[in-house]
Amino acid sequence: MSTKDLKFTEKHEWASVNGNIATFGITDYAQHQFGDIVFIELPAMGKSYGKGAACANIESVKAVADMYAPVSGEVTEVNSSLENAPEQINKEPYGAGWVCKVKMADAAELDSLMDESAYENYVKSVEEK
Amino acid sequence: MKKQLPELMFLKSRDGKEGCSLSAPEIADDLCILAADKLRKDIADFPQLSEVEIVRHYTNLAHLNHSVDAGFYPLGSCTMKYNPKINEKIANQPEWNAHPYSPIHLVQGNLEIMKSLEELLMKITAMAAFTLTPAAGAHGELTGLRVIRDYLTAKGDARKIVLIPDSAHGTNPASSVLCGYQTKEIPSNENGILEVETLKKHLDKDVAALMITNPNTLGIFEKNIVEIARVLHENGSLLYMDGANMNAFMGIAKPGDLGADVIHLNLHKTFATPHGGGGPGSGPVGVGKDLVKFLPVPIITHQGKEYKVRYHNETGSNRIKNFYGNFLVIVRALVYLLELGKENIRQVAEDAVLNANYIRKKLEPYLDLPYKSKSLHEVVFSDKGLTVKTLDVAKRLLDYGIHPFTIYFPLIVHGAMMIEPTETESKETLDQFIDIMIKILDEAKKDPAFVQGAPYSTPVTRLDEVLAAKQLILRWKPAATQTN
Amino acid sequence: MRYLPLTETEREEMRKTIGIKETKELFSDIPKDKSYFSLADLPAALSEPELLDKFNEIGRKNIFPGFLSFLGAGAYQHFIPELVNFLSNKSEFLTPYTPYQPEVSQGSLQGMFEYQTMMAQLTDMDIANSSLYDGGTAAAEGIVLALKKSKKQHILIAGNIHPEYIEIMQTYIKYLDYKMDLVPFDPQSGKLKLAELQGKIDQDTAGFIFQSPNFFGVVEEGKQISAMLHSKNSYSLQIVTEALSLAFLVPPGENDVDLVVGEAQSFGLPLGFGGPYLGFIAAKSEFLRQMPGRFVGQTLDSKGNRGYVLTLSTREQHIKRERATSNICTNEAWCAFRAGIYLATMGKKGLRSIAKTNHLNTAYFVKEVSKLNNVKVKYQKDYYNEVVLEVQNGKTDDFLKKLEAKKILAGIPLHWFYPDQKNTILVNFTEIHRKKDIDQLVQAIGEIK
Repeated sequence: MSTKDLKFTEKHEWASVNGNIATFGITDYAQHQFGDIVFIELPAMGKSYGKGAACANIESVKAVADMYAPVSGEVTEVNSSLENAPEQINKEPYGAGWVCKVKMADAAELDSLMDESAYENYVKSVEEK
Repeated sequence: MKKQLPELMFLKSRDGKEGCSLSAPEIADDLCILAADKLRKDIADFPQLSEVEIVRHYTNLAHLNHSVDAGFYPLGSCTMKYNPKINEKIANQPEWNAHPYSPIHLVQGNLEIMKSLEELLMKITAMAAFTLTPAAGAHGELTGLRVIRDYLTAKGDARKIVLIPDSAHGTNPASSVLCGYQTKEIPSNENGILEVETLKKHLDKDVAALMITNPNTLGIFEKNIVEIARVLHENGSLLYMDGANMNAFMGIAKPGDLGADVIHLNLHKTFATPHGGGGPGSGPVGVGKDLVKFLPVPIITHQGKEYKVRYHNETGSNRIKNFYGNFLVIVRALVYLLELGKENIRQVAEDAVLNANYIRKKLEPYLDLPYKSKSLHEVVFSDKGLTVKTLDVAKRLLDYGIHPFTIYFPLIVHGAMMIEPTETESKETLDQFIDIMIKILDEAKKDPAFVQGAPYSTPVTRLDEVLAAKQLILRWKPAATQTN
Repeated sequence: MRYLPLTETEREEMRKTIGIKETKELFSDIPKDKSYFSLADLPAALSEPELLDKFNEIGRKNIFPGFLSFLGAGAYQHFIPELVNFLSNKSEFLTPYTPYQPEVSQGSLQGMFEYQTMMAQLTDMDIANSSLYDGGTAAAEGIVLALKKSKKQHILIAGNIHPEYIEIMQTYIKYLDYKMDLVPFDPQSGKLKLAELQGKIDQDTAGFIFQSPNFFGVVEEGKQISAMLHSKNSYSLQIVTEALSLAFLVPPGENDVDLVVGEAQSFGLPLGFGGPYLGFIAAKSEFLRQMPGRFVGQTLDSKGNRGYVLTLSTREQHIKRERATSNICTNEAWCAFRAGIYLATMGKKGLRSIAKTNHLNTAYFVKEVSKLNNVKVKYQKDYYNEVVLEVQNGKTDDFLKKLEAKKILAGIPLHWFYPDQKNTILVNFTEIHRKKDIDQLVQAIGEIK
């Protein structure tokens, strides 16, 4: 899947927009940091999460961390195939590893997210530390 | 022939097999006063084995285990020293085996043992009093933090935050949060220690305590400790010293003299009680004189030659464990200290530190040492420049009959290899370890894939931890009912 | 000194390699005025014969050996087959570290997996962990788990739980933002007042923790309790202080309990003056990801062979750190391993047999002591292995003193825990007691005026 139209957060989530629906997931950098993902606690259907709120929890063998909502919205769909195959997040973080879809509360929030090249630079700066 | 895992005992189980020898029942069944609906009908699939099968099962399981008695265990911050056998003999004597609610005039010997250990620990650490009740280091941390919180609350100055260095063991923040505190992580400097200026930057009237391990998890003595204590006390905050690394300076310095208000010790580390595959341990907590009245019950006192026990404290019971603590572990620690005596106690830390520095000197040409400060009883290398991962080096060590060092801790060192030899290792063992490390690093350069595939000679090869976490088989079930 | 293998020559060589003249130099970061203190106030070293002498001398001050004891209340004297000592004391089980390097720890790991299985079978729950410190702290971990999982603030606890357990739970939640309320028991029956329980469960109640058999040895109505709690969306938690009862009574799982915690000292651990003991926790699988302590899981090695590893470590303190549900690290692993050996040795038949004997011995005592006039069994219905004995004339201390003079420890005076109960004692029976021991107790009681 092409990443050039995605928006990115400093906490290594991505959002892709289609009309007023945003799809969320974690980036390739994030899945690499995790190592083999073994479990994900998906967001609750119908629940509203604010921008930056912890909406999912991801576990690998050596780490556990929250996924934060890149923009505010109400959850309309979750990727339940991840329940039996969480490794999809590692294999296709931007494709079959998507986590959930939300109906955006305020599309203007997208403006504060990074585009692909800004995110790539950001990742470089994080790795250099 | 390579050792193999025995079949699970449930698969060997057969109706009618017996492993125990019981006397014939003397009381008739019809005396049962419980109604049938309160009684269990069966324990489904519970094993039934003969004695010889049980012996073979566990004897073969034993063959699969490495242990301190079998070889070197240089695990950093674990102090895997030798477990003296005289400690086992004495601890297992029937004289101590009383019910914990025995009237105290019948168990004065047991109370003397506990009080004697308390008093010895007080002398070694310069703390005003000890409780021997916590069952492990983490349990001690929780207890010690509660003492701090009770003390500050009683002063009307409750405070909310505990400061913890970035090199700390995970139990430190976990224990703090369980005591209702918020934690703030503060960075060590480029030499691996805490600077007074850094502390001052984070210090305010909301800080209840600083929790510091000394020497820290890099094996480096926190040399600013006295000034750190002074700055904390001036601010109305307390100093908690995690004593997991006490083996580095037992008999040489005392935490109380360095300014600690609360410490915990690990009897299963510094005091040579056996690790048992993960416990039991014992985590005595020592406190300064202002905090003594906040210690949990039971509290042992003596008047002349008679020992008494208090089950109530003026500040509330604060009980954190059933009965008296891990008493039989306490017995072992006391035997150990009495065997060491004043003549040998200092040599423990001196040899532990000498051994660690010898390894450091010999391996420094081969491995990256991120913090160049003086090492005490342990040394931490990183994986910088290695052609394989720290994990791979560790797994290859297993092929040479050596238990690996601690890996990936502390978190502030990339691919950390934390090596603590302890004082109970001979120079031959150290030299052997050094030679093997050099060999493995050489193997890694010449044939990384080979090292990455290690171990080869252990009863099982590298285990799939991802599979374990995904399929989550945490118990045996008969084949028909096992769902994963 | 035998635990210090370095010779002085070797120390010299090592110092040369390191580049120092004296070992003292390695400690130079420690402030000079605070290091190398005088050791004068420490005792002189003892040789092995001297150690044995010294501890024999201390041992002689313990004069309980030879007494016939009926003390229980959370620590139980049971027969421990020799096999349990022989196998558990092997150095391969006693001296290894936590099995973080599983390839050389399969012995410990498989043994723990088998123990986890047997505990799950005995409690009739989905999963059991590989140990907590003891029953009291297990109860504390249990209520914290229920509170965290439910995201509620309120927990109910039964008034007839072992008082030490109540103390420990209170200590554990003192500084957390939770509220704890006691549900009283009926002084006539010794059992919980279920109507009162019903009234106390509200929307913010995470659950109710009760002990069965309770502190007085009486079996509670587990199924009814669980139904009541579930109907109001709360968890049912049960404490078991006498793990052996699991082999005789309807297990918690069958009574729809969600979380079982307790003490498994009865499974092959000596009384040991209170420790080390063996806390356990078993639960429905929905609790798995927040449960405290270590879990052993089955997996495969790179060649496809069965093997075991510690798993779900992401719950634990070394990964979750300040977000961990529990801070437990070192647990009671060897005790759990030993309990596994005990359970395997006793086997289904042996375990059920002695579990029944514990009850029948208690029932026999009640039958015989009921013929006496100077004592009365307080709770006559639904007891398992302990009974409360009411002394009719005079106070318990005097009564117990007279029995102690006959070398009998008849029971624990309840005023230790309930200051106003000056005339009751708790008496326990296990398979250790033979018929003649019980007869001896009854006769001795009968002789007291």
